Amino acid sequence: MSTALHNTAAIAGIGQTTYSKCSGVSELALACEAVSRAIDDAGIEPGEVDGLVTYTLDSSDEVEVANSVGLGDLTLFSQINYGGGAAVGLVHQAAMAVATGSAKNVVVWRGMNGRSGKRMGQGVSGTIISSDIIHWSWYMVYGMLTPASWIAAFTTRYMHEYGATSEDLGRIAIAQRKFALNNPNAAGYGRPLTMDDYLASRLVAEPLRLYDCCQETDGGCALLITSVEHARDLRQKPAVIRGVCQASSRGQEQMTSFYRDDMTSLPEMELAARQVYAQSGLGPDDIDAACLYDAFTSEILVQLEAFGFCARGEAKDFIADGALEIGGRLPNNTHGGLLSEGYIHGVNNIAEGARLIRGTSCNQPEGVEHVLISSGVGVPTGAMILGQA
Amino acid sequence: MNASRIKPPMTEDNGWWWEEVGRDRLPIQRCTACSTLRHPPRPMCPRCRSMAWDFIEAAGRGTLFSYTVLHHPQFPGYDYPLTIAIVDLEEGGRICTQLVDCERDDIKIDMPLEMFIHEDADGFKLPMCRPAA
Repeated sequence: MSTALHNTAAIAGIGQTTYSKCSGVSELALACEAVSRAIDDAGIEPGEVDGLVTYTLDSSDEVEVANSVGLGDLTLFSQINYGGGAAVGLVHQAAMAVATGSAKNVVVWRGMNGRSGKRMGQGVSGTIISSDIIHWSWYMVYGMLTPASWIAAFTTRYMHEYGATSEDLGRIAIAQRKFALNNPNAAGYGRPLTMDDYLASRLVAEPLRLYDCCQETDGGCALLITSVEHARDLRQKPAVIRGVCQASSRGQEQMTSFYRDDMTSLPEMELAARQVYAQSGLGPDDIDAACLYDAFTSEILVQLEAFGFCARGEAKDFIADGALEIGGRLPNNTHGGLLSEGYIHGVNNIAEGARLIRGTSCNQPEGVEHVLISSGVGVPTGAMILGQA
Repeated sequence: MNASRIKPPMTEDNGWWWEEVGRDRLPIQRCTACSTLRHPPRPMCPRCRSMAWDFIEAAGRGTLFSYTVLHHPQFPGYDYPLTIAIVDLEEGGRICTQLVDCERDDIKIDMPLEMFIHEDADGFKLPMCRPAA
């Protein structure tokens, strides 16, 4: 296993906009605001930024952002595919650029009007323009158009095989909503959630209910990645990248990996786990907190198993006694996550991972040495581990 | 319903499959070099990399591997609640389709199903499934 991405780069800046249901500005404006704030947070000048990475789904081109924010020469520009599966992949690109000298200060971002503009939860449509339209068409023709529907089909089989219940999913939604109650920028701020509320919420795609589904959010979030050496000289405490990777496995499809013999596990996330543990020399016992991708509650259960926090099928038992809450074994998505803070496609989960290392989370657990963060579930994905400088 | 469902765009890789369905057959692509079945159709066999293929006609018997009942959002051209089924076909392979003629409480994982070709009011045909007789 290559160690080139072990302790080489760090997250040195975090920038985010207000998260809302109607930003009133363009996605480019959100991107620029987030990127600009990440640069200021790190304490460097815009002209020092030489790399930009975003999602293929982001509507703002790198040079449009560069011209707006006043960046100078760029030696890295790249976009990562597969929706939320891109999240950690952005940092992976940045870390590779820093490790090879292709760029020194890379900003990665996602800016989206995810509620007032194109709503992810409303699914793909007949107007989708992409090279994988044939892939989606096998499902579109039946009206299976939404991320919730794709994950629900997976979740049904998982719950059937392992006996997980709606209450188990509810515990995840509630744990993250509790965190959001302390986060003024969260959609769940001031909105407590009980198990009764959860069970009474409307069905979206059985077995998933409203509160199993993440927010749809307008907002932007950006991160500045540079060398550990440079990060030590900047304004903020560095969140050092112990390991970072992308991962896709045999039989992988975009959201519809329905054709593998076993549909109760995530081989791609297991591949990500093997990589980040090998890169970092760490294991699940070394991870103090997590920001596991949480577009839907059931994704957390399968990831806890993929990353080795418990055996396959036992995630429902692992979480039963508050393991994902403050004081539990693995506080998860302490900002509220995609479920209760907002859906900035996972970049906001990485930002929280960096805050957990800084010690500045709105729900900061004691003594966080290492944080595990993952990209989207059901798609080609990735993971990383952040640690102290 | 007045609106019609979203139609699949057709290319060299999937158009033949829909043409067979239009002839009231449920095809499963087969590699002619190593006889491996594959669905959804793709141009190359992932087992032996042959690009030569034909298809078999599935008998239409299968079991329910997983499912979801869709409630929200609702799209024109579809009736709700809408039950999507992932079906293990007897010949091998899986297909994502719609389950009809089955009460919600009667839906059970592993239940035997039969596939049939449904025709929409506009003449478009697609495979669906219902509980086996």
